[in-house]
Formats: sequence, structure tokens, C-alpha cells
Amino acid sequence: MLLAKIVGTVVATRKDPRLVSSKLLVVRPIDPRGKAEGNYLVAIDTVDAGVGETVLVVSGSSARMASGLKDCPVDAAIVGIIDDIQIND
Amino acid sequence: MQLARVIGDVVATRKDEQLSGIKLLIVQPLSPDHQPVGRPLVAVDAVGAGVGEEVFFVRGKEASFPFHPAEPPVDAGIVGIVDHWDLG
Repeated sequence: MLLAKIVGTVVATRKDPRLVSSKLLVVRPIDPRGKAEGNYLVAIDTVDAGVGETVLVVSGSSARMASGLKDCPVDAAIVGIIDDIQIND
Repeated sequence: MQLARVIGDVVATRKDEQLSGIKLLIVQPLSPDHQPVGRPLVAVDAVGAGVGEEVFFVRGKEASFPFHPAEPPVDAGIVGIVDHWDLG
């Protein structure tokens, strides 16, 4: 899973019917120290996250196992809001 | 599967309910000479690993298999703790 920061929202009126009422957010992956890295991506929110929060993003077919996303055409889902990161390397 | 070192952990109170009780660790993939290579990522722990240990982890939906019949939404999971590894 990736750590990411939520940087924006996406609104789409015309979309796959299984995405109706899903909240779409723009997230940017970060490293464990908080530095942004890599490309922005669009993820479905399943935990009521908001802009500015650090979250846990699951990618690929596993994203469909998040609550409420069974059989949805998604490849990235926000499944947790991060409270704390401890690094020791 | 990939070799990595556990370098940290992550705390998330609000999360998918299927993730309750599952430990989230930060793993840093390693090169054959035990040096960090590539980006660290978050993996679930299925074997009781801890910070500082060398482990191997699996990517993709298979990361949820150790928790069968539950299907937590995870895409990386630690499935073994390495005692030692050598390249012949």
C-alpha cells in the first residue's frame, strides 16, 4: 500500500454506473517522511477522508476488496486515515 | 516475492473495518547486498515481524490470502521473516 496526501477532489457526472455516489479524490504519494514523490492519482474514498489528510491507498485488484467497492471498476482506494508514522532505519 | 527490511510502522485509527487488528508496517525493498533499493511501501504483517527485521513480502491481491476467509483490502503483505540469505 502507498502513503499519500490528499490534494484535491474530482467531480465526474458521466461515469460508470457502479461509480455513482463514490467520492473521488486526487492523491499524491509521499515517502514515510512526508516528502511528495511520483505521479498524482485518483482514488475512491471509503473512509470519509478529506483534503490535506495523509491516507493509506491500496492499488490494483485489491482496491475492489475495500468496503462497498465489490465489482466496481477501480484500481485505487483509500482504506485508512494515517494518525502516525514511526520510522527507524 | 521480494526481500525487504521493516523500517517502521503506521498507525491508522479510522480505516476499512476489515483492516482491524492487522499490523501495518513500512518495508524498504533490499538489493542482493542488503542495501535499500526503490521506494518504501506499507505492507500488512501476517507473521509477527517487527522493525529492523529482514522479511519477504508478496504484492497484489495475494497479500490478503493469509487472512482467509477474510478479504482485507491490501496489496502488499509480509509472509516470511528471513533468518539469513546468501547468493551462491
